[in-house]
Amino acid sequence: MEEVEMKVAKIRNGTVIDHIPSGKALVVLRLLGLTKKVENTLTIAMNVKSKKLGVKDIIKVENLELDPSLVSILALIAPMATINVIRDYKVYEKSKVVLPEYVEGILKCPNPTCISRQQNEPIVSKFKVIEKSPLKLQCMYCYRYVYENEVIEQLVEGK
Amino acid sequence: MGWKSRDVISIDDFTKEDLEILFKKTEEFEKSISSNLLKGVIIGNIFLEYSTRTRISFEVAAKKLGAEVINLVAEYSSIKKGESLYDTLHMMDVYSDLLVIRSPIEGTAKFAADVCKHPVINAGDGYLNHPTQAMIDLYTIRKLKGRLDDLKVGILGDLRYGRAAISFMFGIAKYSNKLYAISPPQLSMREDVRNKLIEAKVDFEESSSLDKVIQELDVLYVTRIQKERFPDIAEYEKVKGSYRVDLKVLQNSKRDLIVMHPLPRVDELSYEIDNTPMQAYFKQAEYGIYVRMALLSLILRGE
Repeated sequence: MEEVEMKVAKIRNGTVIDHIPSGKALVVLRLLGLTKKVENTLTIAMNVKSKKLGVKDIIKVENLELDPSLVSILALIAPMATINVIRDYKVYEKSKVVLPEYVEGILKCPNPTCISRQQNEPIVSKFKVIEKSPLKLQCMYCYRYVYENEVIEQLVEGK
Repeated sequence: MGWKSRDVISIDDFTKEDLEILFKKTEEFEKSISSNLLKGVIIGNIFLEYSTRTRISFEVAAKKLGAEVINLVAEYSSIKKGESLYDTLHMMDVYSDLLVIRSPIEGTAKFAADVCKHPVINAGDGYLNHPTQAMIDLYTIRKLKGRLDDLKVGILGDLRYGRAAISFMFGIAKYSNKLYAISPPQLSMREDVRNKLIEAKVDFEESSSLDKVIQELDVLYVTRIQKERFPDIAEYEKVKGSYRVDLKVLQNSKRDLIVMHPLPRVDELSYEIDNTPMQAYFKQAEYGIYVRMALLSLILRGE
C-alpha cells in the first residue's frame, strides 16, 4: 500500500477501499450501507495524494468483508477503486472493481414510460456505460441518458 | 450488416449505405408494384396505439407482395384481460413470420425484438422512434429534390414529444444539410436529442420563429402537437394552436420549397396548400407503401 495510507492506523481484519474519487467517500459509505453498521469501526481519509488519481479518498472498515453484490454498485461511483481484504493485519486479497460495459438490473430507468418500468412485464433494466467518470449511462430500451447524480440519488434512496 | 432478417428499431441503426439499398429497392416497387414475392408469408401487426397510415400501409404493402396479414387489436385481445405484452409477443411470434409493432411505451420494439425470434419492425414507440416514417421522409426528399445533401431543412412543431419529427431529424442528420429546428419554447427538443445532434456535428439552429427562416428553406417538415403524449393536459392547452402554416406564412418561401408532414394534421397545416406544387405530404403517404414493400422484401427475402 502507498505510504500515505499509514497516516491512519492499520486494521486487523476488515476491508480497505482505496482509490475512491476525491470527495466521494461519504457517498460510497451511504451506498454500501456502512453508515448504519454501528458495530464496524470506520476510518475515512479524504483528499489523500495519489499517483493514480491525483487526490483520492480511502475507507477502512473493520471486521467486515464486502458482499460481492455491493462491489458492482461501488463500480458505478468509484470505477478505479481497489478493494483490499485484510486478515490479521495483512492484505489477504486485493481486487479492482470493474465497471462492465453494460449495467443490468441494478438501476431503474428514470423515464416512467420506458418499457423497462412496466411492472407486469418480465424485463430487466439494461444500461450501456457511455462514460465512466463522471458516469453517464444510456438505457438500452428508451435511449435516455442517465447521469451520475441520478444514479447516486437512486442508489442512496434505496438504502 | 445486411438487410436479411434485420430488426428495424431506430433510424440510428442504419447507415447511408443501408438506406441507399432501401431506396433503390423502393424505386423498383414504385415502378411495378405487384408481386408474389411474399406468397405464403404472414405479417403480424400489433398496434397498441391508434394509427391510420402506418398500419394500413404496412397491410397494403404486405398484400401487394402476396403476404397475408393478421392484426392484433388490443381492445379485443387478452391484453384487456391483463395478459402481459411479453406473452402476447410470444403468441404473435408463433403466428407470424415478421412482426410490426406500435406502442405508446418507449423501448417496446427493442423489447419485442429481444423476445421474438422473427424480425420486428418498429412502427412507432413512445416519443422517440418511428424509423420507417423517417425512411419514407428521406425517400420523399430524395425523390422530389433529387438529393439528400446540401439542403436547408426546417422542422417545425412538436420536437419534444413528436417521434416522427425526432426520427426525421436523426435521419436527415446523417447527410450534409443545414437544419432549422423551429418550435414554441415549450416544445423544443429534449436535451438528449440536442446532445446527440451536437455529438454528430450536425449544423443546426434552434428558433421559435418560422418567419425568420422561411425564405432560406428547401424543405419544410411540419408536425402536429402530440396531445396524447403531454404529461399534463394544461401544458398542452398553453401551446395548442401556437403555429399554423398557410399560404400567407409561405409567401416569402423559395419557389421550389416542398412542405412535408407525416400526418395526421389537426390545425397546424392549412388545406389551402394541398393543391399547390409545395404539397408533398400526400406523396409521402403514397411512398410509404413502396418503402414498406421494400422493407418487407429486404428483411424477409434479402432482396
